[in-house]
Amino acid sequence: MPDINLATATAAEVLGALNNRDISSVELTQAYLSRVDALNGHLNAVITVDHEGALTAAKDADDARHRGEGGILNGVPLLHKDIFCTSGLRTTCASRMLENFTPPYDATVVSKLKAAGAVTLGKTNMDEFAMGSSNETSYFGPAHNPWDLSCVPGGSSGGSAAAVAAGLAPLSTGTDTGGSIRQPASLCGITGLKPTYGRVSRFGIIAFASSLDQAGPMTRTVEDAALMLNAMCGLDPHDSTSADMPVPNFHDALRGDLKGLRIGLPKQYFSELLDVRVANRIQDALKELEAEGATLVDVDLPHTQEGIATYYVIAPAEASANLARYDGVRFGHRCDDPTDLMDLYARSRSEGFGSEVQRRILVGTYALSAGFYDAYFKKAQQVRRIISNDFKQAFDQCDLIAGPSAPGVAFSVGAKSHDPIAMYMEDVYTLSVNLAGLPGLSLPAGLINGLPIGLQLIGRAFDEATLLKAGHRFQLRTDHHRLAPPFGEIS
Amino acid sequence: MTWEMVMGLEVHLQLATRSKIFSGAANRFGAEPNVQACAVDLGMPGMLPVLNEQAVRFAVMFGLGIDARIGKRSIFDRKNYFYPDLPKGYQVSQFFEPIVCEGTFEVPMPDGDLFSIRITRAHLEEDAGKSVHDRFPNQTGVDLNRAGTPLLEIVTEPDFRTAEQAVAYLKALHSLVTYLGISDGNMAEGSMRCDINLSLRPAGSEAYGTRTEIKNVNSFRFVEKAIAVEAKRQQELLEDGLSIVQETRLYDAERNETRSMRSKEVANDYRYFPEPDLLPIVLDDAYIAAVSADLPELPGAKRQRFIEQYQLSNYDAAQLVSSLAMADYFEATVTACGEAKATANWMLGDLAAALNRENLSLEDAPIGPLDLAGLVARVADGTLSSKLGKQVFEGLWLREGSADEIIAQRGLKQVSDAGALESLIATVISNNPDQVAQYRAADEVKQKKLIGFFVGQIMKASKGQANPKLVNELLARALAGD
Repeated sequence: MPDINLATATAAEVLGALNNRDISSVELTQAYLSRVDALNGHLNAVITVDHEGALTAAKDADDARHRGEGGILNGVPLLHKDIFCTSGLRTTCASRMLENFTPPYDATVVSKLKAAGAVTLGKTNMDEFAMGSSNETSYFGPAHNPWDLSCVPGGSSGGSAAAVAAGLAPLSTGTDTGGSIRQPASLCGITGLKPTYGRVSRFGIIAFASSLDQAGPMTRTVEDAALMLNAMCGLDPHDSTSADMPVPNFHDALRGDLKGLRIGLPKQYFSELLDVRVANRIQDALKELEAEGATLVDVDLPHTQEGIATYYVIAPAEASANLARYDGVRFGHRCDDPTDLMDLYARSRSEGFGSEVQRRILVGTYALSAGFYDAYFKKAQQVRRIISNDFKQAFDQCDLIAGPSAPGVAFSVGAKSHDPIAMYMEDVYTLSVNLAGLPGLSLPAGLINGLPIGLQLIGRAFDEATLLKAGHRFQLRTDHHRLAPPFGEIS
Repeated sequence: MTWEMVMGLEVHLQLATRSKIFSGAANRFGAEPNVQACAVDLGMPGMLPVLNEQAVRFAVMFGLGIDARIGKRSIFDRKNYFYPDLPKGYQVSQFFEPIVCEGTFEVPMPDGDLFSIRITRAHLEEDAGKSVHDRFPNQTGVDLNRAGTPLLEIVTEPDFRTAEQAVAYLKALHSLVTYLGISDGNMAEGSMRCDINLSLRPAGSEAYGTRTEIKNVNSFRFVEKAIAVEAKRQQELLEDGLSIVQETRLYDAERNETRSMRSKEVANDYRYFPEPDLLPIVLDDAYIAAVSADLPELPGAKRQRFIEQYQLSNYDAAQLVSSLAMADYFEATVTACGEAKATANWMLGDLAAALNRENLSLEDAPIGPLDLAGLVARVADGTLSSKLGKQVFEGLWLREGSADEIIAQRGLKQVSDAGALESLIATVISNNPDQVAQYRAADEVKQKKLIGFFVGQIMKASKGQANPKLVNELLARALAGD
């Protein structure tokens, strides 16, 4: 192996080595697969490893490169969250319900990344059906945080975050419905981008809450996120909600400084709820952005707190319908020897879904029921519009909004798993961004007692470019994103 | 007590789009089970709906066809319930804001009079699959070919008071949608399915009684019978002092009865909410105007035109426009022969009877419009009597050639030559002296009866070719002894 340290390698570095013919994609892929095989027993970050498929794809990438062809990520290994359908490769959504489900199609994100030359190593662990903030609701057991194996990696894209942090792959995909990219990115010390709703196709992504779900890159650096976003995004005729918006070259957009950029600080994001040590790290980070030429302004997001209740009506309501298709009739788990149709439904679903998924189906079903619709779902939709307007008004005064990605650092496995409300609070700074459909970026902003915390930047709709530019300038000034967990070095 | 029946109808109309409403799978009837269902139709994880523009266009065409208000912004909603032939566990429908809003529909009754029905709304939705109960012993099969077929659900106000009105409405609806070309309207194949909401109230009462809903009645005749039998059932209950249970009932054609399917009291709470996977359908005036400009002449307008242009009766016009094929056939025939009333009579008389006897549709008739025009022209110019015309019609039906060819081949030309007829008459008179004497002794009233005998003899002798009108004239003169 040439001097590539897989524990810390970025996609840009790996691409450089590939393009210089320092290493082939097959060699690189083999090295990452070995690393997955060696470390995953401790991390449980990956549910399914596709050795054969990965090496075949790597060979194809090498051949393409020899012909002078290949996409912008040609030969770069990557892991997909196990919520993206992968043709011929088991896709479980970390649920017993889909334990043996192999889709006959690729998600648009998967086919686009394939077309860009990325090599799929396998599928990462996650909260079951993306419902959770700690990866503990996975049917396959929790993933572990490489910074401290006794801690959770966050969720729901916990496996993807842990895998990138531990160097099992330089890139992974995630999905973010209420913070599921940004919160685990924060807890694992990596870069995670939730794009604007509609920027990335949802086709082939197993739906949790359709009006909130959005896929995005989970990477070590903003530069990698920009590369990966370009490969993932764009209008998709298979997804009516994907946006027909111009797609800039996000990598080119990284250039330039932050002079004149106004960064809004919502007072609600810096309340007493926030761990003071986190608050201090965020303040330090903001000073770096100021040093780059940005100015800080106070803004108001008065309905931040209501966002939680709003989210926990809308997301479960949509989920209750999205998960109705898992009925034991056509695919997925079916109970043994059903006595009649009701028994088939009741037992297949009771056995196939874990308790958090069942809780959300029940909450969502209740919120949509006759007599409760107006009080819950309709009200939540109204508040959602108010929250969206809050952001619009805030963006009259600023170009970006900054705050923490999560209220604190990674917590111990089991610490919150019996307290749903405490767990739901993990997403207090992220979920209103989903309600408003805006892009959000989590950036490593330092450690507290050896555990990472994340700075969150929120942008205007379809202005990922400004978000990425600010993030990139921040990473040019800081080393937080270069820190690697002790775990990876030991191995 | 006299009871008044009150009915509203819900029709599920399958739209004849090339592909399904939310997927690219083919939309055709009669394929092998489950070969016409793609991953979207199967509700596979991660699949998303994409709206078929043709379905939207068809819905707007229908709305314009009934002078309805078109919803400029309509949305899809999810209707949630579990059933094995409903792959996603919800049906994508339009609940809160439909694409077609209130409209009115002029329905011709069998006597040709018009009857006005208020349409409440019509909305787009996807059809479910089918549960197959009779193919596997003790098991139910699921065929998802039909899943995702575009449906337009057309809901009326409770404006029907008789079964005759309901059937007339369905026939008029069938005629409208086939004119528009948005559906084949085939009730037997399920392209047009009717649910009947029916209640009784004492005659003169304003308040509605408790209604039942009769599901999926699949022919015009069954609609009539189902209404009769359900009204009778309700009337008997009410007259026994019992109350009607609001419920869904199924019509069993074999036993001619309705029976309870499920009680609405324990029915599903459908938990409708806006479908987040689809954007609202936003229609601007330009789009609606463009669709409107492309509409064909519709049955109502055509009926009116037929009455004015061809001086037809309401009844004839209504009959002739009931299908586009018939209206086109009529106009093609009239264009060729110029005889509107006679053409209408042939079409609604002999042609309809022959088609009915052979169970053929007009498209499959062995007699085309030009053939019929040839016949009508020869009757009009006196070449054929109406009786001979029927023989030529027979020849046309057997594809013996054109009307003129058949007249020549069969030697059917009417004899109108006075000299030839007079010699026939003379022979008949001299061969029947008793009858002649009897005739001459009778009064004028009796003579009118007795003359028939001589006419019959002459027609027989002429092999039916004698011009009956001329025979009558000449015969009366000859018998008078002139």
